[in-house]
Formats: sequence, C-alpha cells, structure tokens
Amino acid sequence: MTEPRDTAVAPETPVPVVDDNGHLIVNIGPSHPSTHGVCRVLVELDGEIVVKAEPIIGHLHRGIEKMAENRTYLQVVPLTDRLDYVGSMYANWAYCRAVERLAGIRVPERAEYIRVIVCELQRIASHMMAIGPAGADTGATSAFMYTFWQREMVVDLFEALCGARLTYNYVRPGGVASDLPDGWIERCRAFIAQHPAAMLEIDRFLFGNVIFRARTKGIGVLDAADAVAWGATGPVARGSGMSWDLRRDDPYSVYPRFDFDVPVGSRGDAYDRARVRVYEAVESCRIIGQALDGLAEFKPGDIMAEAMPRLLAPPPGDAYDHIESARGSLGVYLVSDGSVRPYRMKVRSPAFCNLALLPLLAEGHTLSDLVVILGSLDPVFGEVDR
Amino acid sequence: MAGIDDVAKALERVPGGGIILTSIDAIADWSRGYSLWMMPMGTACCAMELIAASFSKFDFDRHGSIPRPDPRHTDVMVVAGTITHKMAPSVKRLWEQMPDPKWCIAMGNCAISGGIFYYDTYSVVRGVDEFLPVDVYIAGCPPRPEALQDAILRLREKVRAESVSPGRARTIESILPLPSDAPRGSGGDAE
Amino acid sequence: MNLNELREHLCATYPDLCPLFSVEFGDGVMQVASSGLHSAAADMKALGFDMLGMVTAVDFGEDFELIYRLRSREMRVGMIVRTRVPRGNPSVASVTDLWPAANWHEREVYDLFGITFEGHPDLRRILLPDDWVGHPLRKDYEDPGVIRRPDYL
Repeated sequence: MTEPRDTAVAPETPVPVVDDNGHLIVNIGPSHPSTHGVCRVLVELDGEIVVKAEPIIGHLHRGIEKMAENRTYLQVVPLTDRLDYVGSMYANWAYCRAVERLAGIRVPERAEYIRVIVCELQRIASHMMAIGPAGADTGATSAFMYTFWQREMVVDLFEALCGARLTYNYVRPGGVASDLPDGWIERCRAFIAQHPAAMLEIDRFLFGNVIFRARTKGIGVLDAADAVAWGATGPVARGSGMSWDLRRDDPYSVYPRFDFDVPVGSRGDAYDRARVRVYEAVESCRIIGQALDGLAEFKPGDIMAEAMPRLLAPPPGDAYDHIESARGSLGVYLVSDGSVRPYRMKVRSPAFCNLALLPLLAEGHTLSDLVVILGSLDPVFGEVDR
Repeated sequence: MAGIDDVAKALERVPGGGIILTSIDAIADWSRGYSLWMMPMGTACCAMELIAASFSKFDFDRHGSIPRPDPRHTDVMVVAGTITHKMAPSVKRLWEQMPDPKWCIAMGNCAISGGIFYYDTYSVVRGVDEFLPVDVYIAGCPPRPEALQDAILRLREKVRAESVSPGRARTIESILPLPSDAPRGSGGDAE
Repeated sequence: MNLNELREHLCATYPDLCPLFSVEFGDGVMQVASSGLHSAAADMKALGFDMLGMVTAVDFGEDFELIYRLRSREMRVGMIVRTRVPRGNPSVASVTDLWPAANWHEREVYDLFGITFEGHPDLRRILLPDDWVGHPLRKDYEDPGVIRRPDYL
C-alpha cells in the first residue's frame, strides 16, 4: 500500500554525510536538549549556514485520535491532558467545548469564569516554559530559574485545585470537576499581585541583556503574510504583527466581559515572539483579576450543567470548536454517530502548524540560530504528534 | 570503570586480596552512588517533572544528580515519558552509548507499561523494560519530583550493594531486542 | 461581511453551490464534489478566506469525507468545505498551491488515512515511521500489536 519513495537521507543514519553539493547533512535529535522535546531536524549546512532544515516529527505520536474512538466522551478528557502537557487545561477546554456544542449543553456561568481563570493561569505557566528556555537556548540559564519559579507557583495553585501538578483533568464536559477550595481565591490574588513585577524583572534582565538581544533580534524573521499563509497562530503570529487572538476576534465563553489588550510585535523575529509572551502573561493577570471579581456574583457550587447524563450520547452530527491556547488556536473536531463514543476526534494543533514554519525561518541562518528559532516557535511535541 | 575491574581481577588472586577489595567496593560504590548523573530521556509529560526536579524548589544537584544530555557523561538513564515505536531505536542507541556501569529508571506509567496508552493504540511501546533493563520504576502519571528523588535514593542503595569484583554483567548483548523490528499492521482494503 | 452576506454573494456568484451552503455552529458549511474541490478552494481564497486551519478526514466506510476548515480574518467567519472521495480510489487535488499550510496537514491525512493529494510537493509519511504498513485511522485497520480495550473498562 505504501508507495516506495526516495528519502533524502535514510531514516536511521544520524552520522554526518556530505551531499552532492558539498553540503554537510547534520542530524539533530530526536533526543537533543535544544529541540524542546522529541523533534528530529535534518539540517543541510553550507559551512555554518543552514541551507535546508527539515523537521521530522512523530516520535511522540501516540495515536490519541484513534484511542478516542474506543472511549466514552468522558473518558477522552484524560487523554486530552496528555496532548499539550505544558498547558493541559487548554486541551481539556477545547475538547469540552466541542462536546458541549455537539450535545447542546449549557455551562453555568460560574464554571465559565473558573475555566477562564484556570486557563489564563495555564497561559502564564505555559509562557514561562517558553520564555525561560528562550533564554537558556542563548546561554542565559538563570532566566529559566526565575520563570520556572513563577511556573511552580501556578502549578501549586493547580495542585490545590485538583490534586495534580501537570495532568489536571479539571475541565469536564458540562462544567468543571470541583469548585474552588477555601482560600484559593486569596492565593490566586497573591500570585497575580506579584506576577507583573516578576515579568518586569524578566523583561529587564533577559530582554535587556546584550547577548540575548544580539542572539535573537533579526533571527528567524517571519513576515505577517507568511504567518497567514502558513496558518500560524498564537504568539508566533502575533510576534509578526498579525493581530489575531480568538479571545478578542472570535470571542468565546465570557471573554467579551473582560478588558484586556492583545500584545503584538512588529519585527517578527525570535525576540518579538519571546517578548510578546511576557506581555501576554501580564495581560492574563488582568483577566484573572477581573474574573475573580466577577466570580463573587455567582452561587458557589454551581459548577456543572444541570441534568448531565452519566453517559453522554450526543445526537449524530459533527462539531468544531476552538480556543486560544498558549500556542495558538487549538481546535477539536468531533464526529458523533449517536453512540456513547466519538466516531472521530481530530485535534487541530497550533504547535503542529507553527512548527511547519521552521524550514522557512531557519533558511540562511547559522546552525546555532536554528536552536533559537526552534525555541521561539515553542513546540510541545505531545501536541504536534498527538 | 574497566580499570577497577582489571584491578579487582588481579587482586582476587593475591592472598588477602578480598579484604582490600571490600574497601575498593566501598570507595567505588560511594563515589558511584553520590554522582549518579542523569541522562534525561524525557519525551512527554514526565519530562516536565524531570525539568522541575532539577530547577528551583526541588534542586536535584544536591543529590549529585546532574542532568547531562550527552549519554557518554551519564550513569543513569531516566526514561520519562511515552516511548513510541518510532522513538524506541533512538532510546536503545542512546543506552548503548552510555558507559558501563549504567542504570535505568523508568519514570511514569508510560515508561513502566504504556500507562494510559496501553489499550487501543498502535504506536506505543508498552513499557521501556521491553528493551532496556530497568532498575527502578516510579509510578505516577506523571510522578512528582519527590518521587524521582526517592527513586534516586533507592538506586543509590542498590548501587551501594554492588561489588566491583564480578563486574556488572550488563553489556550490549544483554539488552533485549526491540519488540518490533518488522513492520506491523495489516493495512485495510485498499491493498 | 457576515455569513448571510457571504451566502448571498456565494449564491449570486456560484448558483450551483448555493443549495449546498448551510450554516452550522457559526461556520459556513459547503459540500463540493471532489473534482471541484480545488476550484472551490481557489474561489474561497479569492473571497478572502486567507487561513487554512486544518485538513482532516473521516472514514465513513464506503468513502472518506475530507474536511477543510478555512477562516477569513477580515469577515471573521469560518468555513468548512467538505468533499467525499471513494474508498477505492482515495485521491483529491492538493491545495498546497493556495495555502502552504496545507503541506503538513495533507501529509498527515495521507499518513493516517492513505488519501493521496495530487500535486503535493512532498507527499510522504509524517507521523509514523517510513516503513509502517497501513493507515491507522481507517476503521478497518488491524494491527496484531494493538490490545483492544475491554468494554467493561
């Protein structure tokens, strides 16, 4: 069934080889500290200049879409945790929105507010995992320590909320798994009170760093037209000046009630992509503050849609819904045949689309800049490979 | 540590050499046990906890466990995350590149048995022990960094019980073959 | 331009597409024949659908349904273009010339469903190893290595 094809390099030859043009072919990965996961990049080098960089993905392809076809709708939620393991709440929410749309479930407002709060916290946690390694890629490891500390605070909040540090399984079809525990709101307020100052510190000592600026400015420039054509979303697109944020431009949930800005870069280089994330984290703090204020209006405990059946069996049909995750627009497409299991689940992964830009961005830069560019795209391979 | 093994073989023939060997054991195991450098074979979610373990708040360096991405610098491979059939040859190759003596920690349910990806999936290796000799298993999805800390301490106990004299009979030949070297699957009706 | 205006525009411009245009869950849905997919996609792009969100497929037994989700930033609407290809000859024109983003999406569909895209510059497996046999997201895919989940779990 599979047609024979010519591959440029045989799959299992990681040794450098020289091609006909005298270009060196170097294999990076799949286990390499700078690939941010299990990505393999085949690089064709002319001297130190990248002629062609080809990402080879799929080393973490776990067949989640196939597994979902043999699980009930509720049993798929833990699988979505493992998609984007830096931002599990997003995949939960995107999946739950698709299920709710398919089954016509109306979610209580308190649950929507809690979803907004946890997902904005998740955006902060996820961006911390993008900004820190952006520094580490250029040799500034200490910034990673600072951002990781902020991430640990968010992870502690999530642990108090649902007992898990990483795979939360918290957003469920119809609402959320549990209400906020006692004292959580105060802890959350304490976190968002100190976070902008921490981001200001990062902005000063990482983005003001001469070496970091020299290593990232003008590196991997993506212009807005390419970002649109290649389907880039999230901070990668916004770093290029493409002002596109689903929270504002295709509002879902209760986002229209909040006042927030969408930071946009201008040059589209690795520096702007990283810096947009810093400002997004600060904007997330604003949203969380407003959502925590708004939460007081609703009755505690009203967190799950009424008359949720124990076994969901949505009517036959299909539904697509998407949210703005930390990496871009994360969509879930579900097809139901009326049974208790999804007939087909497809995850539209933003990291997958953003990573496809790597050959375009890396061309003409040096090999060491390839690492910076790959880091600035912030791929999470659980989501790329699914 | 091939040098120590040669010395051990020579010393065993000397009268009273066994007593000296126990002292060498003590020194060698002490030094091995307190500098278990990690090869972070992080693939999926558990890799985040592996990173967390070496960063602020948990700080694994105090146990002498420094993550080094180069297999030739390391003593213990921490397999953190799902291993797929596409990834398994690379993991095996990296394991072969690590110098003896070496140990392996299977971190998380995916590395133990496939975990949540045990049923219905076509691309996941059900447990890293299908092709690597695992010393310590850590359950959890993902395990907390403290659990990894516990695993390092347990592994240290195991290392301290070992002796230099018989040598660690863990060579490339002892590694089991990969579960699937042949292409799998049937295909569907278009064939 | 909102969805209703878009619909009027589409009906005026392409009368044959009009009965197949509907609005579901906020997106426009359009069913086209697989032979007309590329021209319909080109029309959509000319109308301002500048982003290709995803390409995917669903196995419906007799044939596969391909789903293209397009998005217009200017009109702020989404559009789902569906087409069916027969199982015996699963092949459709590639849209990589319109949206470069389709490159990896079409490779993924080829990898997991075995649908070929004519005109694709580099159609080969993307997620599974190159020597993999079969296309796992087909409903009739059988693999002795898969352990089926028992129903009682």
